[in-house]
Amino acid sequence: MADEGKKVVDALRATGFFKPKKLYDGGKVLIGVVAFCVLVGFPFLYNRGKAAKVPEPELDTPAIQAMPEAQRMCIESKEYMRDNHMKILDDWRDGVVREAKRRYVASSKRSYTISLQNTCLECHSNYDNFCDRCHTYTGTKPYCWDCHLNKPKEWAAGKAEGEG
Amino acid sequence: MHVNRRKFLKIAGASTIVGILGGWSAVEVLVPGELDSEHRQSPEALTAKRWAMVVDMKRMDAATARDCIEACHRVHNVPDIDDPRSEVKWIWLEPFDRAFPLQNHEHTADPLTEQPFLVFCNHCDNPPCVRVCPTKATWKRDDGIVMMDQHRCIGCRYCMAACPYGSRSYNWKDPRPFIKSRNTEYPTRSGGVVEKCNFCAERLAQGLMPACVEASKGALVFGDLADPASKVREILRSRYTIRRKLSLGTEPSVFYMV
Repeated sequence: MADEGKKVVDALRATGFFKPKKLYDGGKVLIGVVAFCVLVGFPFLYNRGKAAKVPEPELDTPAIQAMPEAQRMCIESKEYMRDNHMKILDDWRDGVVREAKRRYVASSKRSYTISLQNTCLECHSNYDNFCDRCHTYTGTKPYCWDCHLNKPKEWAAGKAEGEG
Repeated sequence: MHVNRRKFLKIAGASTIVGILGGWSAVEVLVPGELDSEHRQSPEALTAKRWAMVVDMKRMDAATARDCIEACHRVHNVPDIDDPRSEVKWIWLEPFDRAFPLQNHEHTADPLTEQPFLVFCNHCDNPPCVRVCPTKATWKRDDGIVMMDQHRCIGCRYCMAACPYGSRSYNWKDPRPFIKSRNTEYPTRSGGVVEKCNFCAERLAQGLMPACVEASKGALVFGDLADPASKVREILRSRYTIRRKLSLGTEPSVFYMV
């Protein structure tokens, strides 16, 4: 067995791959390698343990609280909405604008008026603590709110002028 | 590097596996999740084969016209910008010679020249704005409404150059600070998009007549041009009506009873 091992090692040596070679300007190269590692690694080391907390969107709005406990749910399951709300909104947009279909019949067979501004925000009336919390965390800047009102009541009262 | 048959097959096999995995995860990411849901039209929605409007100029006095404009601009959050270079309008007044330059002459009858005409998007049968839109942000619906998708509009303003009626306005700036009466149920627009009258598509979907028709006290008649029994067709059969710039071949769906 040992012989076999020696044979393999010899064969590898014979390839010349493991032959020690001279490192020209070794000192400078090593300094460069160390400097590179420090530069690249610095942000990671510096921010270690300081990761921002995963935000918890707030569901404490009057409309949601007013729902009976058993029926307290979004148009689809929480998991589905968390992963796919942007796809649903995209789908809603095309359905309303392109096909003039403004009712959404969910998989639970409940039916909803398709409207970001009127249906979604009726329950999720806390834009700052619901939508914005996760969007800020993930660095997402959806431009829905350039046109759709994120705070309709404040806007009507003239408090959210030009916001969005 | 020498590649023998064995090595080549190994590399090919490994690449195939990587390719399949990559393709599969792309499908996973892009295909929408399975959801047993659907979109429907509301049962109360008003539908037609070809929506059209008749403006009865005998009843459309200046005060009524102002009510119509006010109602429309309130419902749709249209900004009130004084500067004519950047103003936004869905429905407005024009004197006869500007609304109907081809029918005008220097001795036009007094009743026509004395009264301003209420003008808005003609929802043409052959809309030039639709032909030129490079992104299909504007298109003609099956019921004849020339619709706009603000999400798709890139603000190139080709449609404004194409429209012979000036029915389209461009948002040179964020319109929100200029909106006086605010409707929280309808969105606003952002700077950089074109907008115009949509025959109140959002109200028709709820079973409501267009806002201007409701405010017009009967001076505006809205109905189905394809239905011989409709009020619009009854008027067109029995009364003399004109349309704007007919010779351009746009086939407007707005008729003026003069």
